[in-house]
Amino acid sequence: MLTMGFAAAVPVRVDAQTPRAAAPYTVLSAEGRRTVAAATVGDQEMLRLDELAALLQVTVREDRAAKALTVSRGTSVVVLSLDQGLASMGGKIVSLSAPPTRDGSRWLVPPDAVSRALAPIAGVRADVRKASRLIVLGDLRVPRITVQQEPGGPPTRIAIEIIPRAAYTIVQEPRRLLVKFDADGLDIGPISVGGGLVEAVTAADPLTLAIALDKDFGTFRASTVPVDAASSRLVIDLTAAGAPLPVPTGLARAQVPPPAAAPVARTEAPVALPAAQPPPGVRTIVIDPGHGGDEQGTKGSTGVLEKDLVLDVARRLRTVLDSRLGVRVILTRDDDRLVPQDERASIANNNKADLFISLHVNSSPSRNASGAEVFYLSLDGLSNEARKMAENPETKPVPVLGGGSRDIDLILWDMAQARHLGESAAFAVLVEEELRRRVEMSPNPIQQAPFRVLVAANMPAVLVEMAFLSNPQQESALTSDEFKNRVVQALVDAIVRYRGRVEGQASGRLP
Amino acid sequence: MAVSTRTVALIAITAAAVGAGTWAAVRYLNRPQDRSAARGPAAVPAGAPAEGARRIKATLYYVSADGLRLASSERDVLFAESASAQARRIIEALLEPAPEGLSSAIPPGTALRGLFLGEHGDAYVDFSGGLRTNHPGGSASELLTVYAIVSALTVNLPAITSVQILIDGHEVDTLAGHVDLRRPLPNAPQWTEKGTT
Repeated sequence: MLTMGFAAAVPVRVDAQTPRAAAPYTVLSAEGRRTVAAATVGDQEMLRLDELAALLQVTVREDRAAKALTVSRGTSVVVLSLDQGLASMGGKIVSLSAPPTRDGSRWLVPPDAVSRALAPIAGVRADVRKASRLIVLGDLRVPRITVQQEPGGPPTRIAIEIIPRAAYTIVQEPRRLLVKFDADGLDIGPISVGGGLVEAVTAADPLTLAIALDKDFGTFRASTVPVDAASSRLVIDLTAAGAPLPVPTGLARAQVPPPAAAPVARTEAPVALPAAQPPPGVRTIVIDPGHGGDEQGTKGSTGVLEKDLVLDVARRLRTVLDSRLGVRVILTRDDDRLVPQDERASIANNNKADLFISLHVNSSPSRNASGAEVFYLSLDGLSNEARKMAENPETKPVPVLGGGSRDIDLILWDMAQARHLGESAAFAVLVEEELRRRVEMSPNPIQQAPFRVLVAANMPAVLVEMAFLSNPQQESALTSDEFKNRVVQALVDAIVRYRGRVEGQASGRLP
Repeated sequence: MAVSTRTVALIAITAAAVGAGTWAAVRYLNRPQDRSAARGPAAVPAGAPAEGARRIKATLYYVSADGLRLASSERDVLFAESASAQARRIIEALLEPAPEGLSSAIPPGTALRGLFLGEHGDAYVDFSGGLRTNHPGGSASELLTVYAIVSALTVNLPAITSVQILIDGHEVDTLAGHVDLRRPLPNAPQWTEKGTT
């Protein structure tokens, strides 16, 4: 029996659309470094079109009657709709994250208009990196650099992610190390250091990072880990004067015993996976409690919220995995806050997780729907490039770094899960089997869907819907300790079985 | 907010494939029209002057009784000359109340703002914010909403092979935190109940 459709409409909140000034974007091109003014309209960031037009040498004309902006250079023309986030170019329509907005006498356009509409007609490549407020025009090599100090020590360990890979040289000076990159510019992301033997990490010049050292610093050892075809990680271990030189564990080593006060030239070798790489296993697991903060997820008839239930189960799961399996467990959120979808996968990728498990609670327009479901990514969730790779596992990933007019992150991240679909399916089967022993399953217990959070995970990844909060009996069950613990036990047992499978494959046994 | 018809025209003119798509769509949509000609009031002789009265049969999708899949239902939809106008009429029909015994997969308070066809069979369907703000959440609900829209267009209009949902003119990540809406989605028949069409 069909009992309900969607609830009655609620009023739609309308954001103030007045542009507010925001920090400018930096534009790097062969001509040098410039800035473009930015503004925020509602929650959308926008850039000054007149400044972009001057940089790209394009002409802008407003067609008021047609409610459109025509941007041209020579015979190339793109038409930006003023009503919709759409542009038309040579018979092709591309979507933009927002339509142009007027700020006084000037026009503002979303950052993706640069890579998708303006740069193509100007005949140049553009990488728009929103997180860094950076636009790279042309074929410049501008790696994204993030710096993190790993907890613990000694030694004090600094990990520098370099995407795409770039060669570098380390020079030791009194009280500081200089890491100079062979690139046209640096896109410096978050730097999270402090404590141990490091005082600070800063940009010394446009191509050099300076690591300021504590007075107790004695020596260092650097090693490079190729992360994948496109990126690498430089790990620098610092030890105090008089302490033994650290021996890095589990990392590739291209050894550099650095004589003090002498430049140490190091050029990164083409990727050769290190012999010292650890054998396959399940050492790190990332658990992703869905939603959070303002995004509540779904809601039960008694007011129970999905975001609270999944966080509770994630914490229970972490406790059991920590104590019984001895694996490293990381939660994408450990409190009530909204984590962006890409950040959830990035936490797993940056921590080199071996499994990614996203926890959710389901809802249907019908109160009858019930049972748990396990999802892994469908091919519909992949870009065309990634789909080809998934359909033909022999194909090596070919990241289109700085290629075409697409944002650099988009293609790389869209590729990530494609390589792992087979293992994701295998893990989904184990999770379903263990859940079935303990809780009610839906008539569709294992499914594939184009789920956003799974796309960028660079490891086997599943999304588990534990039960339907829209079903009153299931809502009641979901709030009980017994039900949550059953789900936790099912996941733990599935992980143990999966670990056995991975280790069995590594040692040549059948899974 | 109303969409400027001149903008629609401007963009539509530059989309080269629309002409061929229109031809194919009109040919296809005329089939059920001819087939149902003997059946009753929905049938209007070809070439009837009042275009508004002419209708075609379209298969639309609603939430099935178990709440886990989409059930299909044939509805009369106003005939339109172009593929994009026909697509718009189909989505407008989907936004109307569900037939008796079924419930809509689209949240109430959702309006169609615009619809555009790209050159590779992509349709861009722009909805008002109600589609997202009134959505109850949950992956099953979200999948049913998304694929009710994708199926309505791809099943009835062969010229359309994939559909991207926009909200208030913006590209969006997801409707309710699950389904990736950053690119046009092809139809996925597994969300439709078997044997209902």
